[in-house]
Amino acid sequence: MWSFTPEELVAIKLSLRVASVATLASLPFGILVAYVLSRGRFRGKMLLDGVVYLPLVLPPVVTGYVLLILFGRRGPLGAFLEDAFGIVLSFRWTGAALAAAVMSFPLMVRAIRLAMDTIDRRSEEAAATLGASPMWVFLTVTLPLAMPGIVAGAMLGFAKALGEFGATITFVSNIPGETQTIPAAIYSYTQTPGGDEGAFRLSVIAIVIALGALVASELLSRHTTRRRAGLG
Amino acid sequence: MIEVSCRLVRPRFVLDASFTAPNGCVALFGPSGSGKSTIVRLLAGLERPDRGRIVVDGRTLVDTEARIDVPVHKRRVGLVFQDGQLLPHLSVRQNLEYGRSFAPRDARGVPFDAVVDLLGIGHLLKARPATLSGGERQRVSIGRALLAAPRLLVMDEPLASLDAARKLEILPFIERLRDEWDLPIVYVSHAVEEVARLANTVVRLSEGRVVAKGSPNDVIGAPAGDAGEAAFPALSLVSAKVVHERPEFSVAILEHPAGEIVLPGSAFRVGETVRVAIAATNVALAVEEPHGLSVRTRLRGRILRAEEGPGPSVHVTVELSGGDRIVASLTRLAVADLDLREGREVFALVKTVAIDETAVATLRRDQAGP
Repeated sequence: MWSFTPEELVAIKLSLRVASVATLASLPFGILVAYVLSRGRFRGKMLLDGVVYLPLVLPPVVTGYVLLILFGRRGPLGAFLEDAFGIVLSFRWTGAALAAAVMSFPLMVRAIRLAMDTIDRRSEEAAATLGASPMWVFLTVTLPLAMPGIVAGAMLGFAKALGEFGATITFVSNIPGETQTIPAAIYSYTQTPGGDEGAFRLSVIAIVIALGALVASELLSRHTTRRRAGLG
Repeated sequence: MIEVSCRLVRPRFVLDASFTAPNGCVALFGPSGSGKSTIVRLLAGLERPDRGRIVVDGRTLVDTEARIDVPVHKRRVGLVFQDGQLLPHLSVRQNLEYGRSFAPRDARGVPFDAVVDLLGIGHLLKARPATLSGGERQRVSIGRALLAAPRLLVMDEPLASLDAARKLEILPFIERLRDEWDLPIVYVSHAVEEVARLANTVVRLSEGRVVAKGSPNDVIGAPAGDAGEAAFPALSLVSAKVVHERPEFSVAILEHPAGEIVLPGSAFRVGETVRVAIAATNVALAVEEPHGLSVRTRLRGRILRAEEGPGPSVHVTVELSGGDRIVASLTRLAVADLDLREGREVFALVKTVAIDETAVATLRRDQAGP
């Protein structure tokens, strides 16, 4: 029961890689967008807000289809990326990472933004009166104080990226060894006679990884809180 | 020299305040919502005036007409917030050193150890802000502002969140900053005792406007004017020299031309001049020298004027022999019964235990007068 087939091991590894790359690559943008949404006062803020949260409410298939149109080999962005940098996204694991990043982005931004909203603005003002330029205030005050939220956002994003299915399968299909992540592999098993055992095994793995990510995020945030309280 | 002339319109609040003050300690004094904190934010650059200018020591910080607006981090205005506002993710040492790296090289001479000693925070350097008491946090906050080598120190209700014992712990430090460091200080408070103790110049604000400006005695000593200011107790400031201490009774005896003043506490040096703030409600008047009375402080003087106060009270101002004025808050009944008219010779009686220790200030020589 608990011996994995080579295909399953490939799917697990691929999932971890796709989710890690998706999270790490989108984190800087997530922090930036969260900061802009939390602190910015500008026209079009509501629009940005809407665009960021759109993947959360759209059917994943729609998101995947939009990605396919934009980033497919003949799509405007896809053609540009291939011509300029030789990056091909469609039907590659990199495309799976992009789909996972787009789908998990709202969760990540939301967690980071909430953390930034709760920072006492006077801490930032105090730093500025001590001579810190806006950039230094961001780096030495805002970022460290938002760290629990950033960790939580990254972990949430990672867990979400790991489970992404609809947009991924629409955008990059379900190719074993290239784009077949754990959810896609489970889906394939459920479509195959006698695939129940494999689907069960992979489902347990998905639960274990997701729980692990949540526990790790909780532990990290507790650690930060304890240090703040002067206990650590 | 500090010059402020700003207008700022916000929903439900208009600030339109102008004043100039010599260096030293300028106190902004007034009830909540009178615009004190807005002026603090304008000085620090955290708020922009709609119109106006601020010049400190010849350096223009903001001038809307000349389109000058020095950004917050380049103003070098050390701001001490009401609750300290230490950076919670940094240790006390890191908080203290935070502003140092941003100060210009030639201004980094403020010695770390001297500041730590002055404020008595050497044992706290490794601690996290969350573990400090209110008084400790406030001292670290003052130290942090000083180490950033400010050209102006602005303190916004720095003692408001502290109990009386902690206030007594921090007030002497602020006096030393004023006297030994020669740093211009803007001190915001609605506590009349603190203002009486620290300020050279008092600016009294009400509803976003300057209603009075001058020496502490002129501004605070004056009886409350219109109804809007009735919340302020009238207070008199009397300066006198400590002639001897009576440690066995925990009191010090001061000599004033009008008579002896007995002060509570034992933190005095014989020979120094102190300024005592006395609330009008703690002063009684007698038309002849009383006998068999427990009140030790009896000051001889002459009634200068009597003004109607709120409710049944009358503020009677007494000119003491040898200078200084003292205000007594009495009932209209007492004034009528004793016939307390202008020009009448009286004794002002002050209960020693009613004197607030936070309001007793040690004066620098040039303020003490001849």
